[in-house]
Amino acid sequence: MIAIGLEGSANKLGVGIISHPSPGKAAIILSNIRHTFVSPPGEGFLPKDTAKHHRSWVIKLVKQAMAQAKVTIKDVDCICYTKGPGMGAPLQSVAVAARMLSLLWQKELVGVNHCVGHIEMGREITGAQNPVVLYVSGGNTQVIAYAEQRYRIFGEALDIAVGNCLDRFARTLEISNDPAPGYNIEQLAKKGKVLLDLPYAVKGMDCSFSGILASIDILAAELKANPEQRDPITGEIVTTADLCFSLQETVYAMLVEITERAMAHVGSRQVLIVGGVGCNERLQEMMGLMAKDRGGSVFATDERFCIDNGIMIAHAGLLAYKTGFRTPLEESTCTQRFRTDEVFVKWRD
Amino acid sequence: MEIEPARPIPAPALAPPDLSQVGPPSSPLPLPKIFANDPAPPTLVTQGAEALLYRTTYLLPSIACALKYRPSKPYRHPILDARLTKHRILSEARVLVKCRKEGVPVPAVFALDEKEGWLMIEWIEGEVVRIRLNEWLQRRKEEGEELRARHEAVLKGLMARIGSAIGRMHGVGIVHGDLTTSNLMLRGGSEDLLADDKILEGEVVLIDFGLASQSTADEDRAVDLYVLERAFGSTHPRAEGLFSELLVSYGKSFKGATVVLKKLEDVRMRGRKRSMLG
Repeated sequence: MIAIGLEGSANKLGVGIISHPSPGKAAIILSNIRHTFVSPPGEGFLPKDTAKHHRSWVIKLVKQAMAQAKVTIKDVDCICYTKGPGMGAPLQSVAVAARMLSLLWQKELVGVNHCVGHIEMGREITGAQNPVVLYVSGGNTQVIAYAEQRYRIFGEALDIAVGNCLDRFARTLEISNDPAPGYNIEQLAKKGKVLLDLPYAVKGMDCSFSGILASIDILAAELKANPEQRDPITGEIVTTADLCFSLQETVYAMLVEITERAMAHVGSRQVLIVGGVGCNERLQEMMGLMAKDRGGSVFATDERFCIDNGIMIAHAGLLAYKTGFRTPLEESTCTQRFRTDEVFVKWRD
Repeated sequence: MEIEPARPIPAPALAPPDLSQVGPPSSPLPLPKIFANDPAPPTLVTQGAEALLYRTTYLLPSIACALKYRPSKPYRHPILDARLTKHRILSEARVLVKCRKEGVPVPAVFALDEKEGWLMIEWIEGEVVRIRLNEWLQRRKEEGEELRARHEAVLKGLMARIGSAIGRMHGVGIVHGDLTTSNLMLRGGSEDLLADDKILEGEVVLIDFGLASQSTADEDRAVDLYVLERAFGSTHPRAEGLFSELLVSYGKSFKGATVVLKKLEDVRMRGRKRSMLG
């Protein structure tokens, strides 16, 4: 069976085509392309502009994905699209494109939960069986474990997502958003040495990032006013790189801690990291150290699957499609709020 | 702007592990330095996410004590790690000392080293409520209807004692942060105590203050009760109906408890469900 997936819940527009051969065999990725709307330094991506970007690129991407996959319209079984969660306007543009394809090609629609897409793709690529999932991106921060037909949220960010915290700090520093603000923070952090004091906000399996963002913004403003500042302990000059380093060390320690607590709680030894922030090598390294101490292992994917993409929507959509799930045209809406645990996971035991 | 190229065959960034290598950690579980050469080394009781709990003795071989050790985490920056360990050991000790001073039933603090990350507290002889209650419920299942009413009164008595213990803790400005029936103990455990009618007897002692904080906010107190209510419901579904007994005695336990119970209704309505903003 073959499905095409359309993703556009944030600033990436992704189209992917996946084939599920006979049961028990690994999925085959026929094509997986993406185009990113990059906003200028110091600015975030606005829904209006992002939606416009998606509208102007979607047809080109679908055509290219079909050509790369070397499939014809006849081969495609269903059209999967992101139903939510995400930004309203970009979601709508992609839902409209999916409906158009559905009517044009006479194929059925499957609305997919974005988070479930990430989890299912991560499981497929890494082969992790029943891991605790850390889902970290610009819009979401969740610690998830599967139980009885649902991906249950054990812990989550109580205010802004970790990726949002990083993105907004990149704006404060006015560093480039190309290819991604978080990526550029990661590169800067590699040059940092001094650990500055930041709030550490973990409450059980939940955490909070807004206070950390406010604190690091203050530190950045102080540094701008007085570039000769020295660290009181080591006497070294504090740099922007040190700010990025301190921010990463603090927020990732929080994420690893809540993941460890969830692992102890459910008795799992596997961790799967998904979502855009999951590309971060320092986060992967820290998670690996924690998992090793518990006698377990960490699974992560690279930017093709961590960062929003069409293939994960096609994959999760096709899993649902095979269990008989359909989204009728009249119900092919999208929604900004769509919790991971709202989805009934019929395709797992 | 260029379209990012597609790559046909996926390869995991980190190879899936060899499952034969997944086993218990290779190194033995760590102990604080000063216990390294102990002729009678502490024995491990449980391994949580953050701390290891050992049983050992304090000063005299006859004084049993619990050793809570927070080993340093290799994934954390050493400065951050030291800061968090110090903060957590000290805040747990402060909360315990404050509770004890005010007469809330908690283990006594014997010794600590916040730099090394360990805390020695009184060993409570007894069992956690979860185990005793499950045992008790199991026995009830095996007997007939006629004894039920008499036995229910015993369980109601326990619920009331738990409620007032929590109330006293809240009354002195402490919230526990992680109330479950595994973090409540019944003191005493000799064989005759375990005889049928006595199984739910014993003083209720609150333990594990690792997530506790000092707060008098109604919201925090209500969340404490809500967490216990949820844990109670999922751990002992057959006794869920008697949770109200706990709340009734909580309501009488300190000034301001009725406001907390009102707040609890809000917290229940809201739950932990937060709508996701994408």
